[in-house]
Amino acid sequence: MTDAVMNAGRVAFQADGSTGARKGVQVNRLDGGLIKGSKALTFTFDGKSYKGFEGDTLASALLANGVRLMGRSFKYHRPRGVLTSGSEEPNALVELRSGGRQEPNTRATVAELYDGLEANSQNRWPSLQHDFMAINDRFSNFLTAGFYYKTFMWPAAFWEKLYEPIIRKAAGLGSISFEADPDAYDKGFLHCDLLVIGAGPTGLMAALTAGRAGAQVIIADEDFLLGGRLNAETFGVGDLTGAAWVEQAQAELAAMPNVRVMPRTTIIGAFDHGIYGAVERVSDHVLAPEAGKPRQILWRIYSKRAMLAAGATERPIAFENNDRPGVMLAGAVRAYANRWAVTPDQTVAVFTNNDDGHRTAADLIAKGVKVTAVIDTRPDAPKVEGAELFAGAQVIDTKGRLGLEWARVRLANGTTRDVPCGALAVSGGWNPNVHLTCHQRGRPAWREDIAAFVPAGELPQNMSVAGAANGDFSTAAALRAGAEGAVAALSELGIETKAGDLPEAEDAPVNVTPFWYVKEGKGRAWLDQQNDVTVKDVKLAHQENFRSVEHLKRYTTLGMATDQGKTSNMGGLAIMAELAGKQIPEVGTTMFRPPYTPVSFGVMAGRSVGEEFRPTRKTPSHKWAEEQGAVFVEVGQWLRAQWFPKAGETHWRQSVDREVLQTRNSVGICDVTTLGKIDVQGKDAAEFLNKIYANAFAKLPVGKVRYGLMLREDGIAYDDGTAARFAEDHFVVTTTTANAVLVYRNMEFARQCLFPDMDVQLISTTEAWAQFAVAGPNARKLLQKVVDPEFDISNEAFPFMGCGEITVAGGCRARLFRISFSGELAYEIAVPTRYGDAMIRKLMEAGEEFGAVPYGTEALGVMRIEKGHAAGNELNGTTSALNLGMGKMVSKKKDCIGNTLSEREGMNQEDALKLVGFKPVNAADPVQAGAHLMNADGEVSAATDQGYITSAAYSPVLGCSIGIGFLKSGDSRKGEVIRAVNPLEGKEIQVEVVSAHFVDPEGERLRG
Amino acid sequence: MGKFDNHGLKAISPLGGHEPRVDAFTGLLIREVADRALASLAARQGQEEAVKSAAASYLGGALPAPASWSEAGVYAAWWMGPDLWMVSAPHDSHELMAGDLKQAVGDAGSVVEQTDGWCRFDIEGPRCFDVLERLCNANVRAGKAGDATRTSMEHLGVFLLCQEPGQKYAVIGPRSSAGSLHHALVAAAKSVI
Repeated sequence: MTDAVMNAGRVAFQADGSTGARKGVQVNRLDGGLIKGSKALTFTFDGKSYKGFEGDTLASALLANGVRLMGRSFKYHRPRGVLTSGSEEPNALVELRSGGRQEPNTRATVAELYDGLEANSQNRWPSLQHDFMAINDRFSNFLTAGFYYKTFMWPAAFWEKLYEPIIRKAAGLGSISFEADPDAYDKGFLHCDLLVIGAGPTGLMAALTAGRAGAQVIIADEDFLLGGRLNAETFGVGDLTGAAWVEQAQAELAAMPNVRVMPRTTIIGAFDHGIYGAVERVSDHVLAPEAGKPRQILWRIYSKRAMLAAGATERPIAFENNDRPGVMLAGAVRAYANRWAVTPDQTVAVFTNNDDGHRTAADLIAKGVKVTAVIDTRPDAPKVEGAELFAGAQVIDTKGRLGLEWARVRLANGTTRDVPCGALAVSGGWNPNVHLTCHQRGRPAWREDIAAFVPAGELPQNMSVAGAANGDFSTAAALRAGAEGAVAALSELGIETKAGDLPEAEDAPVNVTPFWYVKEGKGRAWLDQQNDVTVKDVKLAHQENFRSVEHLKRYTTLGMATDQGKTSNMGGLAIMAELAGKQIPEVGTTMFRPPYTPVSFGVMAGRSVGEEFRPTRKTPSHKWAEEQGAVFVEVGQWLRAQWFPKAGETHWRQSVDREVLQTRNSVGICDVTTLGKIDVQGKDAAEFLNKIYANAFAKLPVGKVRYGLMLREDGIAYDDGTAARFAEDHFVVTTTTANAVLVYRNMEFARQCLFPDMDVQLISTTEAWAQFAVAGPNARKLLQKVVDPEFDISNEAFPFMGCGEITVAGGCRARLFRISFSGELAYEIAVPTRYGDAMIRKLMEAGEEFGAVPYGTEALGVMRIEKGHAAGNELNGTTSALNLGMGKMVSKKKDCIGNTLSEREGMNQEDALKLVGFKPVNAADPVQAGAHLMNADGEVSAATDQGYITSAAYSPVLGCSIGIGFLKSGDSRKGEVIRAVNPLEGKEIQVEVVSAHFVDPEGERLRG
Repeated sequence: MGKFDNHGLKAISPLGGHEPRVDAFTGLLIREVADRALASLAARQGQEEAVKSAAASYLGGALPAPASWSEAGVYAAWWMGPDLWMVSAPHDSHELMAGDLKQAVGDAGSVVEQTDGWCRFDIEGPRCFDVLERLCNANVRAGKAGDATRTSMEHLGVFLLCQEPGQKYAVIGPRSSAGSLHHALVAAAKSVI
């Protein structure tokens, strides 16, 4: 049994052992129902305290307490009550909870009641009863569909700053607290043979059939109680009540280890290859999640087969003033009475075009509620016991300020009759819940006999539909379709089974005469109560030539927002069809898209929030650097030390200047583990590197390192680094930190796709080695204290660009490279990562006598600018080897990726940009990266642009700010004074064009 | 990972401790494993059979088939890609395994030391399924002992080795992100248990 089942919270008939005698405990509470009776739960709505029971929803508990008014409408701020008893609810939207947990636009109909629940109505001021914005309703003639587009067109500049804010404030739904959500959300992954979507009679029967056959089954339902309409009706199944049969089925499913029952779980979308998204509400029904537990889980379900058993949604009939609190769907009224033991009022009338409305009347009468009339549009309506029947009649208007008081009925004989009622149960027939069948552009088809759209055409891969979702509305048909659907689905998977004996159940035919709206009356008849769209709005859209159903939706907003028109779309289509003189199927439906019901952003983000937004990569010296008080910077996912402040340093520049000077004067140490390391082996390893680098590598001797430049196919330089040759058939390529993955991916692509005949093997070893740069005139002396004495690292034995495998610290294997990014005598030394922490401590200890400093990425950056070395700013996706001053490196003697296109004329113009250095004429002027270069005199414009500065820093060695960048014909303009301009900030300085190699241009230090 | 190694440098685990970390929950243990040496073995072109045969003699058992792992004596290996495997052995006795393995396969294969490129967490106990399904899309409930799955957890590419279905797994991920991977495992365990 899964936890989900344990927590399902299924409540049996009078599970507490009480008699269920609760009538009158709350003003509209009835006897019976599927709620737990003994312990009352306390909750608040708009600050007022009420009582309800376990098993209640917020909506059922409010109705029990005589609260019909639950919200204000979107545009006109009309008083609204609950329309439905399910997730399709358009009206009863509330702000649930408060503070960081406040959630706007939650449907009271699916908010499970718990002790301490806090809810507030929304879109009203100052209170729900007295809402000043209800003034909008008086001006409704001006606020019809398209009102914004027509009214706020001029002046255009006013839209963003004035009109939109005002409109957004006046209209709209709930508010947010702007506090961080304190709760966690999980993601998860499930796999199954058969996913059953919906746990009504169809779904339960399908799950039972498939579960008994041994298939891996997941059955999910958005409700906290399984059973679907069986909980809302009085029908029996076999010898049991509907609810008892559900309980029995659930117990059997729970006992099957191959079945996972997931209540409170909405399947939100049908995605490619049988994958479904599901949101499980784990903790929404408790005051706060347990510590460490998620509020919700977003599941990705991989199904081999899926069965949509999502049931059907009742649709209303539109008539004048059909939006007063108390006007509800008939099936919802029946559900409140049978499942929640609640009636919306003590006097109820029914308005229907089909037999289903009569069930509501019968069930209410059986519960002792007064049914004042059954108004049936059909002249041949069946008889009703215990209530007056008006056959062939229509409701033409209602009255009641904040709630329904009576309905005016046009009788078949033409006279009118006012029927007193605090609730009007309306049924216009039922629409199968086809939504998920359309998530991959499937289009439903019209079925005349039930006057509704049913799934058709191409369904999502491996999906079948059964029961009411497929237009089979009776319980018997549902049970049959569930069982047979499961047998068929499993058969496709090679699991043979039989449907077995089905329990007996009601099998009533559908008797419905399509009736969409009452034509009589000049007032507003509401189609989409959530978006305040009326029959007139649809007519207006038609009149203004919005003929496509998708255009109708956009123009009127019919079917938008949280409910996506689940109760309103059909009415809109029908009216459109009538106006256009078409059949409903010719008009078609709008496209249903995921999610089926609203999904919180929190569950979409899952655990990837705050510091855990992405994984963090830590260098081997991280712990040590933390101990030194290093300031860290994110470089990709790496955290690198940016600088190491010392006591007394109050500005980062002081730390960085000190690190640079001490490195150049003595020795500095930097963790360079983050640079990508790719191990390249194979008989053709050298030839392979010849292909991926612009310069030649085939003749690089063993024990040597070479700088290399990589080009994209289009000839643009994209990464640089070194390759060290450890054996004839073994290299280690290093990449920049940022491009480590990209280079590896490109090399793997080249290996597999471009040069499949080469014998070459690649693997990343970036993290396997802790690598430290040791730079400065005392670097060798320091290393000689660490490297084991049998390895001679003198300049003669281990010259510039040498590499080798050595040992350190008395036998720890290591790799040594004599390379320099700083321009100093420098090495990079690597040990297995587990020894990296000990190694940095060892190096610092050995360096103590030289005053060795650790240096961070800032000092690294300063020193590479002082040396004119290109980095990410220079390899910016627009620059070629020629621009970088490395044109000659692109070997003409061999073929390599990018060399052909690097020869394009446009990339080789005479005045091509060249990398040079810049010094301010006035030493106090700061050089700014990003500044554009202009000739000494003349206009400052894009047309006269001479290039731009890519990197700049304060050089503590030179005592002034310096920069490097690209200048037209830069290599032949040294000594020229030009302007570096920043028109955005109104800055301009004079700079002298110099060599990019500010420090040690001859490179004597690094060879020393 | 010994407390002190046979040279002057003291090792730390991927999580930064001198002892591997253990987190215990009801029905689940998460153990950091730092005592395995790793080396990748790739067949050279045209040498696929030769490398398999040489490796089998060295390891004392055949290299595993795609999507699986196997063990023989002190050695274990998992399949990583076409003609590419990761070989593992106790660290303290086999720290230099990469060199030995290269000698064994000669020019038939390319061997790269991978010991410290990875971190490993073994998860054990009856709640494995429940925790793993919050972490990765591998179909663990349908898995069997010997499965090696390349999947992702916490946005990180990992290998998931099944030692005993529902009871014992190894999760092997990138070493520099050991902290993030461990955080995800613990968060999932707390979420489920």
